[in-house]
Amino acid sequence: MASTETPAGGAVPARRAADTPFRRFLSDFTDSRLAVLAAVLLVIIIFLAFFAPWIAPQDPYDLAVVSIFDARLPPGSQSMDGVTFWLGTDGAGRDLLSAIIYGLRISLSVGVASAIIALTVGMIVGLLAAYAGGRTEGLIMRIVDIQLSLPAVLIALILLAILGKGIDKIIIALVIAQWAYYARTVRASALVERRREYVEAAACLGLSHARIVFRHILPNCIAPLIVVGTVQTAHAIALEATLSFLGVGLPQTEPSLGLLISNGFEYMLSGKYWIAVFPGVALLITIVTINIVGDQLRDVLNPRLQK
Amino acid sequence: MSAAPLLALDAVSKRFVRRLDAAEKIVNLFGGNRREEVVHAVDNVSLQIAEGEVVGLVGESGCGKSTLGRVVAGVHAPSAGRVLWRGRDVDSLSGAERREAVLKIQMIFQDPMSSLNPRMRVRDIVGEAPRVHGLVSGGEVSDYVDRMLLRVGLDPSYKSRYPHQFSGGQRQRIGIARALAVQPDFLVCDESIAALDVSIQAQVLNLFMDLREDLGLTYLFISHDLGVVEHLADRVVIMYLGRVVESAPAAELFADPNHPYARALLEEVPRIDTRKRVFQPVKGEIPSPLSPPTGCHFHPRCPHAMPRCKEEAPALREIAPGRVSACHLNEA
Amino acid sequence: MTRETILEVQDLRTHFFTKAGVARAVDGVSFSLARGEVLGLVGESGSGKTVTGFSLMGLVDPPGRLVSGSIRLGGQELANLPEEGWRRLRGRRIAMIFQDPMMTLNPVLRIDTQMIEAIRAHAGVSREAARERAREALARVGIPSPDERLAAYPHQFSGGMRQRVAIAIALLNEPEVIVADEPTTALDVTIQAQILYEVQKLCADTGLAMIWITHDLAVVGGLADRVAVMYAGRIVEQGPVDAVLDAPFHPYTHGLIGSVPSQNRRGERLTQIPGMAPSLLSLPEGCSFAARCPRADAACTVMPDLAELEAGRFSRCHHPHRTLETARGGAA
Repeated sequence: MASTETPAGGAVPARRAADTPFRRFLSDFTDSRLAVLAAVLLVIIIFLAFFAPWIAPQDPYDLAVVSIFDARLPPGSQSMDGVTFWLGTDGAGRDLLSAIIYGLRISLSVGVASAIIALTVGMIVGLLAAYAGGRTEGLIMRIVDIQLSLPAVLIALILLAILGKGIDKIIIALVIAQWAYYARTVRASALVERRREYVEAAACLGLSHARIVFRHILPNCIAPLIVVGTVQTAHAIALEATLSFLGVGLPQTEPSLGLLISNGFEYMLSGKYWIAVFPGVALLITIVTINIVGDQLRDVLNPRLQK
Repeated sequence: MSAAPLLALDAVSKRFVRRLDAAEKIVNLFGGNRREEVVHAVDNVSLQIAEGEVVGLVGESGCGKSTLGRVVAGVHAPSAGRVLWRGRDVDSLSGAERREAVLKIQMIFQDPMSSLNPRMRVRDIVGEAPRVHGLVSGGEVSDYVDRMLLRVGLDPSYKSRYPHQFSGGQRQRIGIARALAVQPDFLVCDESIAALDVSIQAQVLNLFMDLREDLGLTYLFISHDLGVVEHLADRVVIMYLGRVVESAPAAELFADPNHPYARALLEEVPRIDTRKRVFQPVKGEIPSPLSPPTGCHFHPRCPHAMPRCKEEAPALREIAPGRVSACHLNEA
Repeated sequence: MTRETILEVQDLRTHFFTKAGVARAVDGVSFSLARGEVLGLVGESGSGKTVTGFSLMGLVDPPGRLVSGSIRLGGQELANLPEEGWRRLRGRRIAMIFQDPMMTLNPVLRIDTQMIEAIRAHAGVSREAARERAREALARVGIPSPDERLAAYPHQFSGGMRQRVAIAIALLNEPEVIVADEPTTALDVTIQAQILYEVQKLCADTGLAMIWITHDLAVVGGLADRVAVMYAGRIVEQGPVDAVLDAPFHPYTHGLIGSVPSQNRRGERLTQIPGMAPSLLSLPEGCSFAARCPRADAACTVMPDLAELEAGRFSRCHHPHRTLETARGGAA
């Protein structure tokens, strides 16, 4: 048999056994201290948002707890019941820290939900365009071009004017405003992957088109998709905040960070800065950390920059 | 040959067309002169390969050898002509018969990195197709993969690894194991050792020869390396700009090439036992396949070119039993 | 040899300080080069041949660093030259040709602009004089109608022509030494022969000394006067081309030559070197070839010296092949 004669040395491992793609990724990612810091911060933010009901000092929507007599207290003051409001209270007497943690929850869920849906839609459309080619590809990519030439805010504003307010409606608006970024990204990398020899090998092996697209091409397009996904999530959060600030986004019953800023804005001139500024800072930190993580992901996952 | 050859190409052509995009069409509306670009990568090639034969396909870049290999392997559909597997037109087959024909012809690629999916573990790379096609049952896949890896000289205990954890030669072995896993009769090797180090090339070539002996495989061995082809092939086919210029038993061809291009090619191969030789290169560049010369494609570089070569493409003629060449010099 | 030595390299060490450890890419390389001589530097990937070439040009980038050793070009020590000194030297006294000519050529500038700049960077001549010199250089490497070609952009040239232009640029300031790193590897056989022909003529006509880095023993056989074989960062064998290729001392050279198909009987298994090159990050104690060597024994746990076994012939081996044992194991 052939194997007995082939050299035993042909089976020496070329690298360390534990060297999975994920470990390599982790080791590259931790090269930047700033990115690690941002990642830790982001995990804390997500943790806060996820466990808001258990972490926040107060349930800002429980009318039994909130007292209008505590309205607009500056940071560090105490309520009549002796509770300290570290970041002060808003116009309705809610603890601002709690309101921010709850607002973070809403902002993040809207951002992440819309990003995931837009990613899925864009991914399928982009893969279809790349694999089908020809007219299908032409048609899809022209729609993408048109979509990308319009400002996302404008698209969302028009859609919300038609759809009305609501958390589901803003997610729909964000998805429609953003899917095209994902479609373009996936198509670009799928076009490259499609020409690789492993795709030809898969065709030789008689594998179905669906299997080639989803099991072979798609996993190799995930890296750029993650990068765009992170950055677009930050965009979605900012976009939602913008829309809510303008009063076309979420209803008052679901106050995201954007809505908190908007509500606090009227008090800015009267010197009660904290009502708008602290939610603004929370929004800023969230978006900046996501972007730093996204930038590092791009550096690490970009094959051209890989060592 | 009495029985139908294992594989036959019947006047196969493959054209690649770059269509005009919208902008170019608009330019044309205003009197522009943009044309579609057509590359005749493979131009009317007929070829028969008998069971157990090793055919070497040789040529320089742009000669269409890789495209021809991909047509044979079913990666590209021919633009014209037929591919016959055991005497039957592959295109006319359907269902199980077609699948059979597809799986029996496998390809080994040039780049051992890009021919393996970087996101898949070796066990999936090798085991996927036999599992999908039901060649082995789910429970046996693992053993089956082990057997395939052993056959190509790899330690099965590394099957949970990813391609980047292997060296170039090992990756090429994984690619061979993947092909063997669907029990092929015919391997198309497209420059399969060109990217490997010299000492590793010999290992992989030996593996190919072992497999031929053990499994009775038939090969279409595509290479620019004449030394390798001379060593391995029973018959050699030389292509130039999409056309076959000469096809002959290897020993005869290397002893006495007939076509001027074949002669030039053989002369210019550096050989380890020719020292301080004086290089006497054939003149001129390889023309672009986008606009090949008229008549015989080789005439602008040919030392024997006559006026006729410019106008008329020479047909392949039998110059000895089992030996054809496309040159006007042979009709005298 | 009576010819004047132009380049003298002593115990050159270039190491790469990576996250995973120190890779000793070049580890104690010594050789010399005489005027008009062509030295073939042969090795497989990872042998350190390219890093050696880059070290000679002062082109090693971090994390790589020239750790120790001496490079003397016509009596001038280069090893501790500051970057400014290298800049004045490179392209004037020592020049490099790369595998990819686009390393030399700027894709957005016309050929004449690039060539005139390259001349005027080192010599205070007028644009007209520089242009004339550029034209001559193009003609010297066999580029037809150099006047027209001067006004072209690199993308308008074929791969072979681009490599000629890169060579012409390397020749512009009449350097004493040219380091050529696999310049014909990416080219087709007939085009490679054209380039080798031009290079051969240049060295014979001008007394240019050249280091030709390649993995291809056959090219070295046809071109070089002397050959140095590298393995895992060290020269393992060095000597006149004929002697080394006909009767190599070192088992690695022996195996390398033996694994070339034309050195074997047609259709038979090739003599192969088992295993693969060790990682430069974790080189074994002693001889780095021992793990693959048929002659290895207890003595090989100590690194052998590069010993002069015959006049001008060096080998780094405890058990060198002596005369009468030729490399042609299979064919003899």
